[in-house]
Amino acid sequence: MIEVRDLRVRYGTRVVADVPVLDVGEGECVAIVGESGSGKSTTLLSLLGLTPDAEISGQIRVCGLDVRTAPPRRLREIRGARAALVMQSPQAALSPATRLGVLMRRALRLHGREATEQIMSEAMEAVLLDPALLRRYPHEVSGGQAQRFAIALAIALGAEVILADEPTSALDVTVQAEVVGVLRRLRAERGLALLLVSHDLALVSTIADRVLVMKDGVVVESGAAAEVLAAPSHPYTRELLEALP
Amino acid sequence: MTAAETAAGGRLRRTLPRIPDRFAAFGAALIVIVVVASILAPWIAPYPDEPNPLELLRPPSAAHWFGTDQVGRDVLTRILYGGRTSLFIAVAVLAVSAVAGVTLGVVAGYAGGWVRDVIMRVTDVFLAFPALLLSLALAVVLQPSVNTVVLAIAATWWPWYTRLSASVAASIATRGYVDAARCLGVPAPLIILRHVLPNSLTPVLVQLSLDAGGVILTAAALSYLGLGAQEPTAEWGLMVQQGQTLFTTNWWVVTFPGLAILVTAFAFNVIGEGLRNALDPRSGGARQERAKPTSAGAAATMSTRVVK
Repeated sequence: MIEVRDLRVRYGTRVVADVPVLDVGEGECVAIVGESGSGKSTTLLSLLGLTPDAEISGQIRVCGLDVRTAPPRRLREIRGARAALVMQSPQAALSPATRLGVLMRRALRLHGREATEQIMSEAMEAVLLDPALLRRYPHEVSGGQAQRFAIALAIALGAEVILADEPTSALDVTVQAEVVGVLRRLRAERGLALLLVSHDLALVSTIADRVLVMKDGVVVESGAAAEVLAAPSHPYTRELLEALP
Repeated sequence: MTAAETAAGGRLRRTLPRIPDRFAAFGAALIVIVVVASILAPWIAPYPDEPNPLELLRPPSAAHWFGTDQVGRDVLTRILYGGRTSLFIAVAVLAVSAVAGVTLGVVAGYAGGWVRDVIMRVTDVFLAFPALLLSLALAVVLQPSVNTVVLAIAATWWPWYTRLSASVAASIATRGYVDAARCLGVPAPLIILRHVLPNSLTPVLVQLSLDAGGVILTAAALSYLGLGAQEPTAEWGLMVQQGQTLFTTNWWVVTFPGLAILVTAFAFNVIGEGLRNALDPRSGGARQERAKPTSAGAAATMSTRVVK
């Protein structure tokens, strides 16, 4: 689903992300962890060509498409439809003047998909949301519902991979568990690949197969999540684990 | 006073509009009256809008409530017909200015970079001219008419909407939902149309209602200078201009059209102020008092209005 080799993201002379290898296969969950400003969100956005002011080198392939050389039209076809981004602030990511159903219908039509009530309802039910919420405006749903709607949108569009940028950090603990539960179930049932950016090691330990630890834009450690979190080899990873409450 | 009476009083206070809202409602009622009366002018006007040599300069009376003018036309009839012209000018100028100004503004605000620089520098050039002077120059070059007035005023009005909507759109363009739309592969023109434009409109709507009075006054000024509507078209500014020499001897000829301009401009301004208060909770208006969040939904509604 995602293949990255020698990725370097630069703003001017400053390198903000340096990732030698990053692979995410079908049904796999890979997490990028690190403190704020470590370059993990920039890495995620660069995979979909969403860092227009940055200078990018290396190879990025998402769903078979070479992101760096693809024309903008091809890139737009991939975004959302095959590789969906779930953002940190769920409600801020939804246009306040548009009902959820209208947002979903427009997204489906934009990508040439059928936009029937049944397809939209099934997507909502897949993330344990009442299809009646499609008639509501973003401010009329909770943060957890808005985040699950973002995932429902990816499901409706038939996304093969979800790139999630701190998907639970703006939510309270019980709602976090709901969102993680939905993501885990979708992985198992639909073989969705998941690239997760988070500073929450507790979350990562429950869902990720592999983990990359980033510090100051550089990957300092990577490997199977269970191994890295149980026996970290880099002092920075140990620091992160020791900081857990 | 019993507890029940106190509770009923509290409900009544919450139900009744507070002072700024009452002003806005009053302004809206005035505008409705002016618009309806203007539309119905051919049916409700007491006399035909034609000269009558037998009724020259009659003072206000039971037969002619607002008197007659120097060619014997009933002033009330002329005011009713003149409302059609003045309101048409206001609506046409604001429509042209808003469509042109907001379109350029949201494109400049969303695109940024050289696109914004080009649009905003052209806007600055238009803003650098004194508005009335530019309107006068255009009105002199073109043939005096109602359409000339619309064109001349719109030419000086649109840059304000461009400037306003560009700053709002630039802020909207950084919002999460615009990023989310990009992530979904939505092309830029659709993002502008579906996300930036609808969420930039609130301040523009407030500005439009505040500007309506100003447009009527500017149109009246152009007509007053002989550059706008021409006889026999009834237009409030033209009526004032034609009656000015009679002010000391036949005050009604100039006073009632002047009052019509004043009342309409005042009503539009009051509506604009009311809208601004209602849509901006930070302005300390009525809505802030009444919309004290009693639930998360109400709080969310308030924050959404601020975002818009």
